[in-house]
Amino acid sequence: MATTSDNNILRSLDWITIVLYLVLLALGWMSVCGATYDFSQEGNFFDLGTRSGMQIVWIGTSILLSGAILLLDTRLFDTFANVLYLAFMVLLLVTPFVANDIHGSLSWIKIGTFSLQPAEFAKFSTALALAKLMGTYGFSLSRPRDFVAAAFLILLPMVLIVLQKETGSALVYLAFSLVLYREGMTGSLLFIGVAAVAYFVVGVRYDGDLVFGDMTSVGRLAVMLMACLFTAVLCGVYGEKGDSHGLRIAFYGMMVNGVAILVAWLTPWHFDVAWVSLAVVVASGLWLAWTAMRTRLVPYGLIALFALGSIGFYFAIDQIMDHLGDHQRIRIEVLLGLKDDPQGAGYNVSQAKIAIGSGGLEGKGFLMGTQTKLKYVPEQETDFIFCTVGEEEGFVGAAGVLVIYLLFILRLIRVAERQSEVFSRVYGYCVLSVFLFHVFINVGMVLGLTPVIGIPLPFFSYGGSSLWGFTILLFIFLKLDAVRKR
Amino acid sequence: MTHDYSKRSYVIGLVAVVIILIYIVRLFFLQLMSDDYKLRADSNAFLKRVQYPARGAITDRNGVLMVYNQPAYDIMVIMREQEGVDTLDVCASLGITPAFYAARMREIKDRKRNPGYSPYTQQLFMAQLNAEEFSRFQEKLFLYPGFYIQKRTIRQYNQPYAAHVLGDVAEVGPDDIERDSYYQGGDYIGKLGIERSYEKQLRGEKGVEILLRDVRGRIQGRYRDGQQDVRPVPGKNLTLGIDLELQKLGERLMRNKLGSIVAIEPSTGEILCMVSSPTYDPRIMVGRQRGRNQIEMQRDPMKPLLNRAIMGTYPPGSTFKTSQALTFLEEGIITPQTAYPCSHGFHFGHLTVGCHGHGSPLPLVPSIATSCNGYFCWGLYHMFGNRRKYASVQDAMTCWKDHMVAMGFGYALGIDLPGEKRGMIPNAAYYDKAYRGSWNGLTVVSISIGQGEVTLTPLQIANLGATIANRGWFITPHVVRKIQNDRLDSIYYERRYTKVARQHYETVATGMRSAVLGGTCRAANNGQYEVCGKTGTAQNRGHDHSVFMGFAPKDDPKIAIAVYVENGGWGANYGVPLGALMMEQYINGHLSEASEARAAEFENKVINYGNYVR
Repeated sequence: MATTSDNNILRSLDWITIVLYLVLLALGWMSVCGATYDFSQEGNFFDLGTRSGMQIVWIGTSILLSGAILLLDTRLFDTFANVLYLAFMVLLLVTPFVANDIHGSLSWIKIGTFSLQPAEFAKFSTALALAKLMGTYGFSLSRPRDFVAAAFLILLPMVLIVLQKETGSALVYLAFSLVLYREGMTGSLLFIGVAAVAYFVVGVRYDGDLVFGDMTSVGRLAVMLMACLFTAVLCGVYGEKGDSHGLRIAFYGMMVNGVAILVAWLTPWHFDVAWVSLAVVVASGLWLAWTAMRTRLVPYGLIALFALGSIGFYFAIDQIMDHLGDHQRIRIEVLLGLKDDPQGAGYNVSQAKIAIGSGGLEGKGFLMGTQTKLKYVPEQETDFIFCTVGEEEGFVGAAGVLVIYLLFILRLIRVAERQSEVFSRVYGYCVLSVFLFHVFINVGMVLGLTPVIGIPLPFFSYGGSSLWGFTILLFIFLKLDAVRKR
Repeated sequence: MTHDYSKRSYVIGLVAVVIILIYIVRLFFLQLMSDDYKLRADSNAFLKRVQYPARGAITDRNGVLMVYNQPAYDIMVIMREQEGVDTLDVCASLGITPAFYAARMREIKDRKRNPGYSPYTQQLFMAQLNAEEFSRFQEKLFLYPGFYIQKRTIRQYNQPYAAHVLGDVAEVGPDDIERDSYYQGGDYIGKLGIERSYEKQLRGEKGVEILLRDVRGRIQGRYRDGQQDVRPVPGKNLTLGIDLELQKLGERLMRNKLGSIVAIEPSTGEILCMVSSPTYDPRIMVGRQRGRNQIEMQRDPMKPLLNRAIMGTYPPGSTFKTSQALTFLEEGIITPQTAYPCSHGFHFGHLTVGCHGHGSPLPLVPSIATSCNGYFCWGLYHMFGNRRKYASVQDAMTCWKDHMVAMGFGYALGIDLPGEKRGMIPNAAYYDKAYRGSWNGLTVVSISIGQGEVTLTPLQIANLGATIANRGWFITPHVVRKIQNDRLDSIYYERRYTKVARQHYETVATGMRSAVLGGTCRAANNGQYEVCGKTGTAQNRGHDHSVFMGFAPKDDPKIAIAVYVENGGWGANYGVPLGALMMEQYINGHLSEASEARAAEFENKVINYGNYVR
C-alpha cells in the first residue's frame, strides 16, 4: 500500500518544477563558492568550515525536508493551517525578546550553534492560512468582511516582522496582494497601491533634483505627469465604450505639459513646470467630476476622485516629509533605500554594478571574479549574490539565470491554474508571488533599479533559514499538486 | 455569483515576463555597452607594484668601481597597526624629536598631501636611512608593531672625484613625467652628468608585479600567480674613459683655483679626465641631505655645480694661434717659410697689438714657439685683405669661419654630457651687424690671437690639441668608453677631418714641439717623451687667464690636454706646469718624486678671487 502510494506520488509530481528547482540550487551553490572563495585559500569547497561547505549541508537538508513534506498527508495542511499560523505569529511576537541583535536586526533565534530566522518560515504558514480562508465555501473578496479578514492575515505578520526591524522581510508580504488580485480583488485597488508606492518613491527620491533654471523639482513634476497618465489610462479601461475622455486627457495633458517644458527648458523664462502639470491634473479631475454629475456614471466620479486624490496624497507626503526632523526623514529614506546610508548603500550598489558590469559577455570565469573575491561587494554571498553570477558568468550566465527564474515562475502559474481546489490554487499563487517578489526586489536592487531592501535571492543566497523556508513553501505546493483531483 | 478570474493569470505572467525583460535589458547595458565597469573593477583589484631594476654601475677606464648601488632603508608604517607603540622609544631609535614624529604622522594622515593614504597599507614614514641608522632601528623593530622596513637602492660613490662627469640622480619632477611616460611620481632620474645623458641605458626597464588588493587595501596575493608580471631588466654598466688617478691629480692641482683641465686620448676621443674647479664631493648629493646641499651650492658665487670644462666659455688666447697657422697654411696665405716682422707687437696706423720681446722677423715655427702676436695678426690681415682669393672681406671671413667650425669650434662638439656650450666663433653677418658693414681684417684682427669675440670651452681647446696630435682629425670627445652589451653612438667612432692638410699639421706640431724645447713651454720639457705644447695668456676684465694646450708623445700621442686657470696670469705660471704634471701622471702612470713635490706645491697655491662675480 505504502509502496504504491509512493509510486503514485513520484509519478504525479511536477518534475519540470523540480528540475528547475534543482538547477537553481546547483547554480546557487556554485555562486556561493565563487562569492566566498578567497584567492589566498586553497579551495576546498566541501570543508564545513567554509560557507560553500555549509551551503552543501543546507541543500542536503532541504532535499531531505522536501522528501519529508512529500510524505505528509495533505489534509494536515488544511487542518493545521490556522494552528500553524497562530503558532508562528506567537513565535514572531516573542522573537524580538529572545533574539540576538545581529546588525541591528532582532529576527534571529539561536538554537544550539544554529541561528534560525522565524520570519522565513512564517511565509508558508501565512500562505496556508490565507489559502484556507479563501478556500472556504462562499468566500468572496468583494464582501468587505472577507476582504478585511484576508488583509488582516497578511498585515499581522508584516507588523510583527517590522517590530524585529526586518522591514525588508516584512515587505515581502505585500506580494500576497497579487494573490488577492488573482482571486478577484478589484484591479483598481492593486493599481492604486502601485500608484501610491510609485508616487512616494519617485516623489521623495527625486524631490531635491531641480531642473529648468532650478525652478522645477523633478520628483514633483514626475508625480504630476504620472497622475495625468494614470487618469487617462483609467478612463480608457473603466470609461464607457467609445468614450474619448481618456484620449483627450492624454492628448491635452501631453500638449500643455510639453509646451510648458519646452518653454521652461529652451527660453530664459524659467518657472515651476510642476504647477502647470498640477493644473492639468486638477482640470482633468474637475472635468471628470462634472461628467459624472451630468451622466450619473459612477466610474468617472471614482476616476475624478483618483486624480484629485493623487494630488492630495502627494502633498500629504510632501508635508509630512517636510515636517519631520532631518533625522527622521533620513531614516525613512535610508529604510526605503532612497538615499545613501552612512554605511553606504550607494557604495554597495555602485560596487555591485561594477562587479556585474565588469563581467562582460562571458564573464571572468568561475572563481576568477576580482570584485567579489576581494570583498569589494558587501554581503556578496547573501543579498548581493547576483553580483557573483554577473561577474563570473557574464551576460550569458546572468541573463540565463533570470530566464530560468522566469520559466520557474511561469511554470508555477501553470501548475497553480490547473488546481481544482481554491485552497491549492491560492496557496500556489502565494508561493509564486513570494518568489517573484524576491527576484524582482533582489535582482533589481543589485542592478540599481529598485530600492536597497535586504532580502535573499531564492536558492542562491547563502543561508539555511531562507533555503529551508523556500523549500517548504515550494514542496507543500508540489505535494498539493501531486494529489489534486484530476 | 462567482466570477472566473483565471484570465488574470496572464496578467500576472505578463508582469513576470516584463520584469525579467527589463532586467535583461539592464544587464545588456551594464555588461556589454561599456568598458567603464571593467576598468573600474581592474583599478579596484589590481595593485601594480613597480619593481625597480638595479641602476647600472660605473667604472673608470681601468675597471675601478666609481658608482654603484647601495641599499637604503625606508621606514614604513601601517597606521592601523602602530597604535599603542611607545613613540618616545621610536623617536630615540630614529634620532628624531617627538614633535617631528607627531608632525610626520599628521602629514601621513593628511589626504591632501598624501592622496594614497590608507590606514591599512604601508606609508612612508622616513626615507633613506643609512646602514648605521637602519641597524640601530632594526634591533628594536620587534618592539614597534606597525613599523616596517623597505629596502631600496641609492647611488653610492667610492671616492669624492669626478662629480661633474658622474652627475647625480634625484626624484623625477612633473616635467620629466610629462616628457617621458616611463616615469611615475617617486621614480629616480639622472639629473646631471652621465647619469642624465645615459639615463636610458643606466635605468634599465622597470618591471611590474600585479597584486590583488582587497577592499581595505590589503594585499591578497599575486594575480594569476605572477604569470602576467614583468620582471625588471637591470640597467647597463658603463665604463668611462676617465682615468681615476689622473682625475684625482687634476682635482688636487686645481684646488683653490677656478678653471678646468680636460684630457683626451687623441686616437679614440675618450676623455681621460675632466676637472672643473671648484668641484664637490658627489657623495653629498645622495640621500636625505641632497636638497639642502644642492641649494647651498646653487647659491655659492663660485658656482661649484657649473661644469666649466664644457659650460665655461673663455677666450682661448694664444693656444688659438695654432688654428690660425693651420688656416693660413691651408689657404696659401703663408708658407712655413713666410716671415713677418714684430717689433713688440703688430702696428698698423693707430692700431697696436702688443707683443713681448723676441727676434724679428720670424718664420712660422719660431713664431709659434715664442707665441708672437704680430705674426698671426699679419696673417689674418693678409688673409682678410686678399682680394685675389676672396671677393670680399665677408667671403674671407666665411672661409675662415668654416675652417674654425671644421676644427670643432663655434658649435657644441657633441660630448655625451648635458649642457655643453658652443662657445663663440663670429661670422661675417655678426660683424656686418656690429660694424654696420664697415669693417675689415684690421677691425677684427684680435680674433687671430684668440681674443676679441672668440671664445672656446676648455673641451674645445683640448680637442684642438687632440686634432693636432692626430694631424688633422678627431673623434667627438666622449666620457663613456663602453656600454655593457651595447654599442656607443656611432659619432663616438667616426673620425671628423678638418679642412687642413696633414703636412700643415706636421708643421704646427713642430712649432709646438719647439715651444717646449726652447719657447714658452720649456717647463714641460723632459727627457722621457716628446711633449708638444702651446701656452695662452688670455686677457679679460680681470687678471689674465693662464692657459696651456698640449699633447704627448709627439709622434705617438697618448694624451692631449687643455689646462685653463682663471686669472692665473701667464700661461707658464699655471698652465704649463699643471699640464706637464698631468701628462707625466698619465704617460708614466705615476709622478716622480720631484714632480710629486711640485704637485703638492701647486695643490697648495691659492688664487684669491676676492668677491668673484662672473
